[in-house]
Amino acid sequence: MAVMTADGVPSAEPTAIPRRAIQIVPLKGLPVVAVIVVGLVVSIAANWRWALMFYHVAGGGLWTGIDLFVGFVIGPILGRLSIPARAEFSSKFMPMMVLIMPTLVLMTLAAGFQTAVNLGNLDPASVNHGWLVVSFIIVGILATVALGVLEPANVAVLWEMNKPRPNGEVIARLMRRFVYAAGITGAMQVATLVIMTRITTQ
Amino acid sequence: MIADATATPTAGARRFPPVTQLAIGSLALVVTGGIVMAGNFPNPPALAIPVVLLVGSAFLWALSLLLLSRHPGFAWGAFFKVARWALVAYVVIAGMIEFAFVHNNASGAPLLVISLMLVIFALDVPLSIGFTVARFQEPAPDPNVPRR
Repeated sequence: MAVMTADGVPSAEPTAIPRRAIQIVPLKGLPVVAVIVVGLVVSIAANWRWALMFYHVAGGGLWTGIDLFVGFVIGPILGRLSIPARAEFSSKFMPMMVLIMPTLVLMTLAAGFQTAVNLGNLDPASVNHGWLVVSFIIVGILATVALGVLEPANVAVLWEMNKPRPNGEVIARLMRRFVYAAGITGAMQVATLVIMTRITTQ
Repeated sequence: MIADATATPTAGARRFPPVTQLAIGSLALVVTGGIVMAGNFPNPPALAIPVVLLVGSAFLWALSLLLLSRHPGFAWGAFFKVARWALVAYVVIAGMIEFAFVHNNASGAPLLVISLMLVIFALDVPLSIGFTVARFQEPAPDPNVPRR
């Protein structure tokens, strides 16, 4: 855990305290992910309409909700916590995010694409086609921020915290990156909510 | 404060080539290409723009790896340890996307372009994660420098 100076700024000087190693990928969760992915493949292969809608709506709702909650509720709170408190919270929170978020994204996008194909919404003649392309663009920005910035920062924080002498400055720097990226993805999710409700009511 | 030119920089303070920026640029190009392809699906799109985006993305990915390979003292051990597991995860995700296109009768040149885009996508994310982790690790010892 990081050393703090008197004004609450983390010291770059690492220090050692005895604690349990953090499991970066929670292995107990992998069978659940495997069941979800297999179910998704079967749903797409069979064009099972209810299951596709379930995967898309449940996955998308959770993805949006978690992004908004992390970006606008957890993020600002985390930013105001002391470095040791942040590190303690992150060591429990971030391994779960490593599994949950990619699974939700995969569920939402794969089932959503198949549903759009089945409903004819991807057809250029469809009234929803333009909205879908806009939603692709938003998802593209989300994916670039999440995969290029957020997830690497997430894994790197956990890796740093697993060291015998974690560097508080490195953790603070990566957490700042994580919190800003979560804020951007949260804002993009508001646009997704507008588009998706628009598509379903046209 | 007087800078000490002989001081060894800490893992977090060392300067690296702009691998993160290049990897994000590569990812952005390949995602844009994916949007162009998916936006026209199931009709086959004109492939000129997606191919240009694909080539640009592959170039940025290769450039970032080249710059990294020329950077002395990078923690390659940590990089590969992280990147290989990330690669497994993103091969599964890319495979899932590929399956969705194949299931909907994508074929020929458009499928080839999509497949190559997915390859770059599956390589971009491990590069980005592996680099972000490894840049904060202590550099590997130089085998040419004798131990005291």
